[in-house]
Amino acid sequence: MVVTINITMAVTLAGLYSIGFYLLMQRSLMRVILGIVILGHGANLFLQVAGGPPGEPTFAGTAVLEAMVDPLPQALALTAIVITFALTTFLLALAYRSWALLGHDEVQDDVEDRRIAAAERAAREVEEETPESERVAGFEAPEAPESRPGEDDEEARLR
Amino acid sequence: MTFLVALPVLLPLLAAALSLVAGRSPRVQRLMGVVVLTVIAAVAAVLLVRADSEGPVVLRLGGYGPPFGITLVADRLSSLLLLVSALVTLAVLIFSVGQRITDFGRTTASTAFHPMYLVLCAGVSLAYLTGDLFNLFVAFEMMLGASYVLITRRVTAQRVRPSMTYVIVSLTSSLLFITMIALVYTATGTVNLAAMPDKIAALPAGVQSSLALFIVIVFGIKAAIVPLHFWLPDSYPTAPAPITAVFAALLTKVGVYALIRTQTLVFVHEDSWAVLLGVALVTMLVGALGAIAQNDLNRMLSFLLVSHIGYMLFGLALFTVIGLAGVILYVVHHITVQGALFLVSGLVTRHTGTVSLQAMSGVARGYPLVAVLFAIPAMSLAGLPPFSGFVAKIALLQAGAEVGTPMAIAVTAGAVVTSLLTLYAVTKIWVGAFWGPPAEPLPDDDPNDDVTVGTGSTSTAMLGATGGLVLISVLIAVFAGPLADMSERAANDLLHDEGYRSAVLGEGDG
Repeated sequence: MVVTINITMAVTLAGLYSIGFYLLMQRSLMRVILGIVILGHGANLFLQVAGGPPGEPTFAGTAVLEAMVDPLPQALALTAIVITFALTTFLLALAYRSWALLGHDEVQDDVEDRRIAAAERAAREVEEETPESERVAGFEAPEAPESRPGEDDEEARLR
Repeated sequence: MTFLVALPVLLPLLAAALSLVAGRSPRVQRLMGVVVLTVIAAVAAVLLVRADSEGPVVLRLGGYGPPFGITLVADRLSSLLLLVSALVTLAVLIFSVGQRITDFGRTTASTAFHPMYLVLCAGVSLAYLTGDLFNLFVAFEMMLGASYVLITRRVTAQRVRPSMTYVIVSLTSSLLFITMIALVYTATGTVNLAAMPDKIAALPAGVQSSLALFIVIVFGIKAAIVPLHFWLPDSYPTAPAPITAVFAALLTKVGVYALIRTQTLVFVHEDSWAVLLGVALVTMLVGALGAIAQNDLNRMLSFLLVSHIGYMLFGLALFTVIGLAGVILYVVHHITVQGALFLVSGLVTRHTGTVSLQAMSGVARGYPLVAVLFAIPAMSLAGLPPFSGFVAKIALLQAGAEVGTPMAIAVTAGAVVTSLLTLYAVTKIWVGAFWGPPAEPLPDDDPNDDVTVGTGSTSTAMLGATGGLVLISVLIAVFAGPLADMSERAANDLLHDEGYRSAVLGEGDG
């Protein structure tokens, strides 16, 4: 089986996948969802491209068999589009719920990770007189408006 | 006769639709769920007997001939797993209904739960029965889509972040799954699993192994194999007990099933696969060590779940008949035991009002029956004789020793160590939760969520459902002989797949 590659499609796919994964790594939940959406577009387009080069529509009697496109990937892509569409809608609803419940749309740090980071920091700063206890207390209540997630993490990285 | 293959998928889907319509009459919903799942279990038993005596039962949907149409195939492996899964889903449904009646009375309807639960069951059945890769994707989406709703139902501020993690990780793996299908289709021009091996074999070795690895990654996320497991201990414990039980028992195992199916049928592995063996070892050890570090009962059980996925990978990576027979036995044992353990954890948290092992105490004295229901699956999980886990583990260890390469021996040793670590972990649960003076249940810390813990009340239905699962796991040990023979025949089918392929592709009467 000879596989021909359409270079425009290949570049588009690479672009969609890289943008999708880049957005997926972001802290804002909205960007994560956009990442999922773009990644979904990439995946569905890839299914289409898997069918080979474009050709005649697949209606019996309108063209010779060899000139027709492969209809199977189109059917698969259609199904996949419906599924990704439905799940994206669900994800948006969930994100809205999350925003309503937590009051922000940042992806928070893992509690365990932060506890370990806090313990390390406490060990390092044992003689310094920083209000460590306050900050540790902040970890326990992530929904407090002052404790913006990510801040502590960046601080730790800067040190 | 072949129409039977469609029933485990069609019935729950139809019942889900009816259940949604009957949203206001909880009795109809409950009755329908229980009846449908019982019927599926019966159908699966019939299919198992037939597949065992006459070879795979194949149904070609819509009359399209292979390899273009959708085929449903029930061979020994899929019908065996279908049977066990149907029994577990039935037990969890009864537990869940019992819990709901205890908490909210007989008349309160739960509109979303029953339809979604049935869709989940349909997805699980379809994943076992499907004969093509794209349909497997659809099955995963049905299953996961339903699981998103179940895990986010009545979501609270504490639970929303872990549910979000679960949904996004699963969605990402689904998108990778689509990518994988596109790659496989580009390379082979088919999505039919039975038609794939010949086409795959004609590909260059590099393409073959990269496709195989890609498939391991896609299903590895779903099955929570160790570098891809991080989402599981975060998200599973936050769901209500019956939901966690069905997730832990089935969802990861469907991922393992998909791995077994694709790696044995589609790809040809002459001897054991060192990479997968290494991953199996790491999965076992990281899971078990992670479990020991936990103080939360459900998180500990989740880490143990990850750890024991490693055993299944171990048997698969050996690619011998005995190894695969061990995996099948292990999956069957693990589905029932893990489901039972999470249900017991649900009972324990209701009596203690907390998941913290430090805070709870004295369940054995207060509720001896719950203690017995925990002890049996826990010892089985650790692999103590004479329980089901022992039988399955012995099979795997024998298989590892028989292959005898240094890597296989190392993983076999790792499996023994993991067994001991598991024993240590369940002992820790036992000491924390069951021994000591009985304590008053702590009050429910979040009265708004769906889970009413700390009430101390359980009903006969809840205890009965848990007891039923424990009984099944004991029966697995009692009938270990016939079951091991069956697993060996199923494993033989997997490695010598001419029967499967000719049943699916052959005589195109479709």
